[in-house]
Amino acid sequence: MSAIKESLVPPDEGTRLNLYRSLVELRYFEKRVYDLFLKNLVGGTTHLSLGQEAIAAGFGAALREGDYTLATYRGHAHTLARGVPMAPILAELMGRGTGLMSGKGGSMHLTSVEHHVMGSYAIIGAHLPIACGTAWSAQYRGSDQVTVCFFGDGTTNIGAFHEALNFAAVWKLPVVFVCENNLYMEYTPIGDVTAVPRPAADRAGAYGLDPVTVDGNDPDAVYVVAREAVGRARRGEGPSLIEALTYRHGGHSRADPAKYRPEEEVKAWLARDPIPIYRQRLIADGVAASVLDEIDRWALDAVDEATEEAKAAPPPGADLLLKDVWADGSATWRN
Amino acid sequence: MAKLTYRHAVARGIAQEMRRDDSVVFLGEDVAAAGGVFKTTGGLLEEFGGRRVRDTPISEQAILGAAMGAAMTGLRPIAEIMFADFFAVCWDIVANEIAKMRYMTGGQITLPLVIRAANGGGLRFGAQHSQAIENWAMAIPGLKVVAPSTPRDVVGLLAASIRDPDPVIFLEAKSLYAVSEDVEDGEIVDTLGTARAVRDGGDATIVALGPMVPKACAAADELAEEGIRCEVLDLRSLVPLDTRSVLESVARTGRLFTVEENPRLCGWGAEVSSIVSEEIFGDLTGPIVRITTPHIPLPSAHALEELALPSAARIAETVRKALAS
Repeated sequence: MSAIKESLVPPDEGTRLNLYRSLVELRYFEKRVYDLFLKNLVGGTTHLSLGQEAIAAGFGAALREGDYTLATYRGHAHTLARGVPMAPILAELMGRGTGLMSGKGGSMHLTSVEHHVMGSYAIIGAHLPIACGTAWSAQYRGSDQVTVCFFGDGTTNIGAFHEALNFAAVWKLPVVFVCENNLYMEYTPIGDVTAVPRPAADRAGAYGLDPVTVDGNDPDAVYVVAREAVGRARRGEGPSLIEALTYRHGGHSRADPAKYRPEEEVKAWLARDPIPIYRQRLIADGVAASVLDEIDRWALDAVDEATEEAKAAPPPGADLLLKDVWADGSATWRN
Repeated sequence: MAKLTYRHAVARGIAQEMRRDDSVVFLGEDVAAAGGVFKTTGGLLEEFGGRRVRDTPISEQAILGAAMGAAMTGLRPIAEIMFADFFAVCWDIVANEIAKMRYMTGGQITLPLVIRAANGGGLRFGAQHSQAIENWAMAIPGLKVVAPSTPRDVVGLLAASIRDPDPVIFLEAKSLYAVSEDVEDGEIVDTLGTARAVRDGGDATIVALGPMVPKACAAADELAEEGIRCEVLDLRSLVPLDTRSVLESVARTGRLFTVEENPRLCGWGAEVSSIVSEEIFGDLTGPIVRITTPHIPLPSAHALEELALPSAARIAETVRKALAS
């Protein structure tokens, strides 16, 4: 499955502990979001990354401060993995004034420019061209910032995907496109609606790129592939397209019980849950279980603390309604 | 002072801003080596080089996505959409992404970018290369909409749009590209949201935009010979909208006519009419009249296109009849 070159070095222990910390942080966070739904404290819709955490965690660990990331409406994990604190994200989901975007964006649009998280986008495919722009800007300014753009398997069938891949290749942009193939585009198996078996990797050749697939449930493998692709981009060697194979533990969104998936398939993928597997691997490699327990506790405490902080926050003030349409802060369109 | 065509004014405006600000970059289809399909951007590649003036594939979503991503990370891109009709293939990036990003992120993201396009009819290109789309753009919160009617305004309003910190849809009238006028040398920077009176008169106010401005002026000149004096206001931008100038003029004349190239339904004249009737109804001495293209796709044949677009004769006749009744 993996196209990792044998010469690539696996992550050191410090990095692996960071990966584990990130995995459990994302897991506990997403579970909490689910619980807060059920209590009607989170409105609208949300799309959780439960089961897919290793991809955001692996790339998060491979990036430098200052690198840009863009995500989809399933973007809580990718936002957290860049170091954005939990409380403002939860507050955003709960429609509070202390939300990451003051309560004006919601679950599907998490953005933190301070952390170079340049947006989560709710229209399939839209952010791939935008990622070309952040990469172009870095290239033009002569900075060595890399852009990483995460999206799902369904995105590979929309026009913007193909426009962006060609554009990035022709302009040799420092961008890494990461397709999280969780086997389903919303409710439909991706294989039923795609002309090739690997929706991203099998299209790479059309843009002069190498087909790269990686086990998206293996944080070490993701990290190594990420480091390689990010390094290429940083050295000015152009874009990469990576297909990470993974599985959603839940439905597409809040409204979806995911009954369309065969029981055997769900069972097989739940047995490949990245977190217990990674935990066992670390223990087998000599990490004390108590160290990992400590990380678990820390993550759970952090989620609890952020939940309380978000719950206590007031709703956004009415003054925000007509604020920030324009750069002068106003919504004024006439004199 | 020298003659400048509307067409060459585009390159002059872009060049003026690229000289003063290294963060201004320009991209689009056939804009660099070919100098633009309307020959509006000739010479820019030669002066500023391929790093700043870039040809793209026929990929409107990629063009505007790239402009947006660049604008939110420190550049001031100018993107060309060759024909305004092509906004329909990249409207997601315009309406869902560029227009909403600042608001949705609680003001975290600023998008100083300009999207230029050749807008409107008059050249017999048919229904997919002739649409006047100013009313599409005006309907989306978060977009500024600018439409110059003269070569001097192209330079000054383009410069103002490039310096503006918000996204601007800059609609050039493709039927005016060949028009020329004397324009002074040196830097020209105008102000968005300022209408300009281009004819004075106390009997009626005619509000027009882009290529409808010269037609409204011709109508006003014809009417003046009959003793009907019309004030013609060139709006120059729809967002921001200079309602003050419109209200002051209509308060003085008592009559309002709008001349719109866009198809009838939800054209900008409806918004202007609504503002005038809500705010100075008592000053009106007769009904507001909208002169628009009918609510049809634009036909190609010269005879039909001429019938569809508001003409000086139709404007004059409409005003004449309305004032006589």
